[in-house]
Amino acid sequence: MSKAIEVSHLSKLYRLGAIGTGNLSHDFQRWFAKVRGKEDPYMVIGKQNNREAGGKNDVVYSLNDISFTINQGDSVGIIGRNGAGKSTLLKVLSRITSPTSGSVKVRGRVASLLEVGTGFHPELSGRENIYLNGSILGMRRHEITSKLDEIIEFSGVERYIDTPVKRYSSGMYVRLAFAVAAHLEPEILIVDEVLAVGDAEFQKKCLGKMNQVSTSEGRTVLFVSHNLTAVETLCNQGIYLDMGRLAMQGPTLDVVREYVSRDLLARRVVQSTESKKLGNEHITIVEAAIENGSSETPSDIIDISSDVRLKITLINHTKDHHLSVGFDLKTAKEEVVFGSGGKLHSPPGMPTVFTCIIPGNFLNDDLYQMDIYFHTPGMSKLFAQRSMVSFEIKDQARENGFLGKINGMIRPQLQWASSAGIKTTA
Amino acid sequence: MSANAESQEQWDVVIEPDYPLFNLRLREVWNYRDLLWILVFRNFVAQYKQTLLGPVWFFIQPMLTTLTFMVIFGAIAQIPTGGIPQPLFYLSGVVIWTYFSDCLVKTSTVFKDNAGVFGKVYFPRLIIPLSIIVSNLIKFALQSVLFLLVLLYYVYFKGDVFQLHTTSFLFMLPVFLLLMALLGLSLGMIISSLTTKYRDLAFLVAFGVQLLMYATPVVYPLDSERVRNLAGNFLQWNPLAPIFEGVRKGLFGTGFFEWWYFGYAVAVTVVLMFIAIIVFNKVERNFIDTV
Repeated sequence: MSKAIEVSHLSKLYRLGAIGTGNLSHDFQRWFAKVRGKEDPYMVIGKQNNREAGGKNDVVYSLNDISFTINQGDSVGIIGRNGAGKSTLLKVLSRITSPTSGSVKVRGRVASLLEVGTGFHPELSGRENIYLNGSILGMRRHEITSKLDEIIEFSGVERYIDTPVKRYSSGMYVRLAFAVAAHLEPEILIVDEVLAVGDAEFQKKCLGKMNQVSTSEGRTVLFVSHNLTAVETLCNQGIYLDMGRLAMQGPTLDVVREYVSRDLLARRVVQSTESKKLGNEHITIVEAAIENGSSETPSDIIDISSDVRLKITLINHTKDHHLSVGFDLKTAKEEVVFGSGGKLHSPPGMPTVFTCIIPGNFLNDDLYQMDIYFHTPGMSKLFAQRSMVSFEIKDQARENGFLGKINGMIRPQLQWASSAGIKTTA
Repeated sequence: MSANAESQEQWDVVIEPDYPLFNLRLREVWNYRDLLWILVFRNFVAQYKQTLLGPVWFFIQPMLTTLTFMVIFGAIAQIPTGGIPQPLFYLSGVVIWTYFSDCLVKTSTVFKDNAGVFGKVYFPRLIIPLSIIVSNLIKFALQSVLFLLVLLYYVYFKGDVFQLHTTSFLFMLPVFLLLMALLGLSLGMIISSLTTKYRDLAFLVAFGVQLLMYATPVVYPLDSERVRNLAGNFLQWNPLAPIFEGVRKGLFGTGFFEWWYFGYAVAVTVVLMFIAIIVFNKVERNFIDTV
């Protein structure tokens, strides 16, 4: 199989802080260092891209020494936390910005969809915008003309095709824009979460079209998304970026599993620190933790039979003596398993501990995360955080003699019985 | 095996931090020529949609400016026009100046105005300045028609005060236009590249273009007693002066034109163009990080 993209030792440096003002002297220092053949004084090698670390240096590696190759016809999902460098990678690949070091080699025409409807002009009609947008995305005029009818039909806005797009509803606008993009015929298609727009039906249509492009038409697709289910269905290869570095490349399922476990496992206990406070002016979360409720040591691995204890230590800054607390328990892929909540006593200004126990033999051996919410007793919103804590449940007994995972989001222990010698109607 | 390995090395695009200083990737620009035309179309249509008079504004603007000049510079300041009727003198100056200044002003905000598009999709950035030049050229052609109408009026109805003395210099007009386009483009590209980092320059442009107009023989002939007494030979060194004087020489046979002088304008343009290419090339690769 031939290579479509080869990335070698790619790095991209960003300077933080006030870019663009008062750095004439910095520019001069950099230039002078370059003239003398010295290293750039503002470019210190080895700084990691970790926005939580709060480093002293004002430069950061958004991409750090990344190398990989992509074969023709692969569809590759790029995953990672916010700020891991996914978007920067796409920008470099689609030549919007250039790398600081390293190189990218590409074979074939590249079309990047980092946004739908780039360059749409509100005063022009739908038809004119199809030509404008198509040309910006690299289509030739005759290509657009030959596909015009198809594009208009796909968009479903025939009636308004000669109306200026400023009169379109936002839904129509997006439909038209995606219709143009869907009819590009590049060898390599780069897509960045554009599917986050539009209604569910339209998203399905888009996913279907992308699937068609990658599987039946044999083109190379690069796809960045936080929607892991979409990545799993669309992509056969995965690239996992972590803090600007390539953490893993391989078959999608393996990469997604690795990402999910690494990302979620890191958050069984979260605490407020000096530099990073959890909470807001209403509530301070001192600590939120998932503990093994059946063990003497709360930090033990949680077995399928162990109780899972959510323990939140907080300080209430409101005047109420009660708080309403709740969580949504979700799978790693963001499907909600169930929610729970209650009104609890919490005297203002003093640390209070809330606990909730999910009994053993109820959840499956899987990864879970919790969105946690706080409200006043009258249910006005105080504080909420998505995926505040996360944890993994293991089936230690089955892992020894592995029988395979049992399906489902939960795995309650149910009563089974058998009675012999009863007459049946069958 | 070796043949296979060789074919593996044939890449269509190689993205690297280093780049050749003068490479404008004109082949790529050519591949995107359809985009150029649709952008020109957009520039025109978008400008006059939802206006009552539409393209008529192309004619109203120079007419009103000419009237203003006739009142201020002709009637009040009484600046001589070298024997040419005031409407003809000012209108020709205004049409040519508008062409140059629009090329300059519009290119000088290319990066700022198109940051949204440039941040989302790649195409040769040079396409945008080129589309500005072409749009302005078409506008210039339309306004030239207006000028021709006024000229014909003078030739047929005012033969007593005006005789047409066109000279063979008129055939230089395309060269003059090209020169002005390149000058405007180069200055605009340099300014737009620098404004991505140093925003201050944006303030200077609107103001600077106004000043530049008065330093250019638009509302006065270069070769006149009063100009010499006032500014000496200083104004001669404005590279736009030979162009304006050359056009006048072609139309009316009165301008100050010498070949060495024309060569000077060409030399300045070429130098500015090289600077513009270097700066533009450098900035277009990373400007999106600093906007």
